[in-house]
Amino acid sequence: MSTLTAPVSPPPAPARRRQRRTTTDGPSYWMLAPALAFFTVFALIPLLGVAVLSLTNWDGLGTPSFAGLANWQSVFSDPVTLHAMWLTLAMTVLTYVTQAPIAILLGVFMAGSQKYRAVYSVLYFLPLLFSAAAVGIAFKALLDPNFGLSNAFNVPWLSQDWLGSTDLVFYVLIFVIAWCFVPFHSLLYQAGVKQIPTSMYEAAMLDGAGRVRTFFSVTLPQIKYTVITSSTLMIVGSLTYFDLVFVMTNGGPGNATRILPLDMYLTGFRSYQMGPASAIAVILVVVGLVISLLLNRLGGADKMESQQEGA
Amino acid sequence: MHVSANPTPPATKKRGTRRRLLASAALIAPLALSACGGAQPGGATAGGFSAWTLTGSQQDAFEASFEQWNEANPDQGISAEFFANDAYKEKIRTAVGAGNAPTLIFNWSGGTLADYVANGNVVDLTGKVDALEDRAIESIEQAGEVDGAQYAVPNNSTQPVVLYINEKLFDEVGVEPPTTWEETLDAVEAFKAEGIIPFAVAGQSQWPYLMWIQYLTDRIGGPEVFQAIANNEPDAWSHPAVAEALTRIQELVDAGGFGDSYGSVVADANADAALVHTDKAAMLLQGSWVYAGFKADAPEWYEEGNLGFAPFPTVDGGAGDPANIVGNPANFWAVSADASEEEQQAAFDYLNEYTLNEESIDKFIELGLVPSTDDAGEAIAASEDAEFLDYAYGMVQDAPNFQLSWDQALAPDQAQELLTNLSQIFQGTVTPEQFVDNMNATIK
Repeated sequence: MSTLTAPVSPPPAPARRRQRRTTTDGPSYWMLAPALAFFTVFALIPLLGVAVLSLTNWDGLGTPSFAGLANWQSVFSDPVTLHAMWLTLAMTVLTYVTQAPIAILLGVFMAGSQKYRAVYSVLYFLPLLFSAAAVGIAFKALLDPNFGLSNAFNVPWLSQDWLGSTDLVFYVLIFVIAWCFVPFHSLLYQAGVKQIPTSMYEAAMLDGAGRVRTFFSVTLPQIKYTVITSSTLMIVGSLTYFDLVFVMTNGGPGNATRILPLDMYLTGFRSYQMGPASAIAVILVVVGLVISLLLNRLGGADKMESQQEGA
Repeated sequence: MHVSANPTPPATKKRGTRRRLLASAALIAPLALSACGGAQPGGATAGGFSAWTLTGSQQDAFEASFEQWNEANPDQGISAEFFANDAYKEKIRTAVGAGNAPTLIFNWSGGTLADYVANGNVVDLTGKVDALEDRAIESIEQAGEVDGAQYAVPNNSTQPVVLYINEKLFDEVGVEPPTTWEETLDAVEAFKAEGIIPFAVAGQSQWPYLMWIQYLTDRIGGPEVFQAIANNEPDAWSHPAVAEALTRIQELVDAGGFGDSYGSVVADANADAALVHTDKAAMLLQGSWVYAGFKADAPEWYEEGNLGFAPFPTVDGGAGDPANIVGNPANFWAVSADASEEEQQAAFDYLNEYTLNEESIDKFIELGLVPSTDDAGEAIAASEDAEFLDYAYGMVQDAPNFQLSWDQALAPDQAQELLTNLSQIFQGTVTPEQFVDNMNATIK
C-alpha cells in the first residue's frame, strides 16, 4: 500500500476538476483503487467474516448457528488454547532473543569490506531462498534419529529424540526458525549499516574509539529505525509462525509445540470447530496490530525522518 | 478532459499512465481469475461426472479404473482429480459444505460420513448399487452404512493392521514371534539386550499410535468397548479395558519396547518400515499398505525372505476374539447430493459395473494390495505376493469384527483430541486416568 500512496515520480497524474481536492500534487486517488479493492476483498471482508464466524457454531458443513460469546468464553478457558498462548509468548521472546543479535552482527559484517565478504553473504543468504515447507521437510529428515545427521556423520550424540521429546522439540524449532529468518534480517541490517556515512566512522576513529565503542556509539544508534523495522517484523512474524511448525511437528508431541496459529488451524481444519478457531484468529489479528502499532510509537516512527548527517 | 497540475502535460506521460493502468489491470486479471478458479467440480465433460481421490499407492488402480470407464463411455467421461491425503481432507469438507462437491466423494466412512449424511450432502445408495455390494466382502461393505442405510461403498483394497516381523533378527536372537502379551514383554527384553529396537513406531506422525490402543482395547474388552464410545454413550471411555490398554502401552514404553527416539520417527517417509528392513528394529505394527513399501525399498532384504507377518498378540483374560482385526476396512465412494440426476445415474453405473470389478481387483493384487471382494482367492494364489496377500486376505475374511480406525470412526474434533492425548500417553505426560477423563469430556 505504502508504495502506491507515496509520491513517486513521474509526478502529478491527472486530477479531475470537478472534485475539489485540497491537495493537487501527488497521484490521483484512483491509483489507489486496485490495491484498495484487493485489500477490501481479500483482507477486510474475510476479516469481518471471521469476526462474525467467531460468534457462531459451524463445523464446515450445513449453516452456522448463532452462539453468542460462547466461543470466546471457551477459548479463554480452554487449557489447550491457554497453553498455546503461553507457548506463543515464549516463542516470540526466544526467537527474538536468538535472532536479533545474530542478525545485527551478521548484517554489520556483511556491510563491511572484508575479503570474501560477498561469498559469505551469499551463503548466509541461501536459507532465505527456500520455502519454509521445504526447510521443514529437510530438517525433519536431517533430525531423524536413525537415518538422519547422526547416521550420515556417524556422530551418535546427534541421535537425539529431537522432535519427539517434549523437552527438546521447542528449542529445535527455535533453532530452525532462526536458521530460516536470520538471513532476511541480516539483509535489512546490512542495508541499514551501508547507509551510515563513512565520515561518522572517520570522526569516531579520530576521537580514538575502538571497534566495540564504534559499534555501540555509531553503528547501533544509526540503525535505530532498522532495528525497529526488523523487530516489528520479527515479533509480529513470530505470531504467525505456522508452516515450519506444522510440517515439522504438527503441534506434537502432545501439545508441546501447539502455538496459537497452529491451534487455530487444528481447531478449524482438523476438529472443524470454526467458531473457536475464528475467535483465535481474531485474537491473533488484534494482538499483531497492537504490537506493531506499539513498536512504531515507541520508535517514534510517526516522524520517521532521517537522522543521518551528511548523507 | 484530464487536467493536470503539471503546467505542460506531455502526451507521453498520459500514455505512460495509461500503459501503467493497463499493466496493473493485466496483473490483476490472473489474480482475480485464480481467486475464483481452482478445481471446478462441474468441469467434467458434458454428460460426464467428477471424482476426487488420493494420490499414493492406490492412485494407479483408480486411474486404470477411470480410464476403463472413459473408454467405454466417451460421452460420460469421468474427470478425476488426485490430492495428497491431508490436503484432500481439508478441501473435501469445504467443497461438500459449499455444495461444490465432486459427484464421487472419496471418504473413510465413519464420523465424517455421518456428518455428510446428517447434513444431506450425500445420497442414499440402498438398492442402487446392488451389483457392487454383491462383489464386496460383507463386513467391509457394512462399514459404509449409516443408520442402516448404505451411504458409501468400498472403492479400493482392504487395509488391516498387521504385525510385521523381521525374521532375520528373530533367528539371530533366538526368539519366536510373540503370541501373548507376556511373550511380547519377554521378546522386548531379548531384543533390548542385543541393542535392537523391539517395535518400530512412527511417533512423530501420531496416528500409528492408534493401532496399539485399538488392538489392545479390542483384545482386552472386545469390540463393544469402542462401539459404546462411537455411539457417544456417556462416560464410555471409562470402561476398564481402555485404562488397562493404556497401562499396558505405558508398560511397554517403560520397558523400552519402542526404543528411546520413536517420537521423531516419521511415517510419511516410511522411516518406521525402514527401521525394520535395515535390521534396526524387530517388529512393526502397521497397515497392510506398507507391505508394498518393504518390497520396493528393500528388494534384496525382501528376497532373502526376511519379512514375516503375525497377528496381534492375545492378552490373558481378555474378552476380545483374537481373530478380530483393526484398520481401514477400505476407502469408500459416496455420491454427492448436489450432483445432477444425470451425473448421479452415471456414477451409479460406474459403481455397479467398474468399481471393484475383475480388472481392478487384478490391479490391486499387482500393486501388492489386499482385495476387498469375496472371490479373489484364485487371483491371489497366482500372484507373486501370494504369501502376504493370502495371509492378510484370510485375516480379513475370518475376522469376526473389523474395527475401523478410531480417528476415522469418531467425529473430527474427538479424533483430534484422541491423537493428542494418545501421544501424551506414549510420552508419559498424562496418566491413563487423565486420558479417560479428557476423552470422556469429548462425548456429546
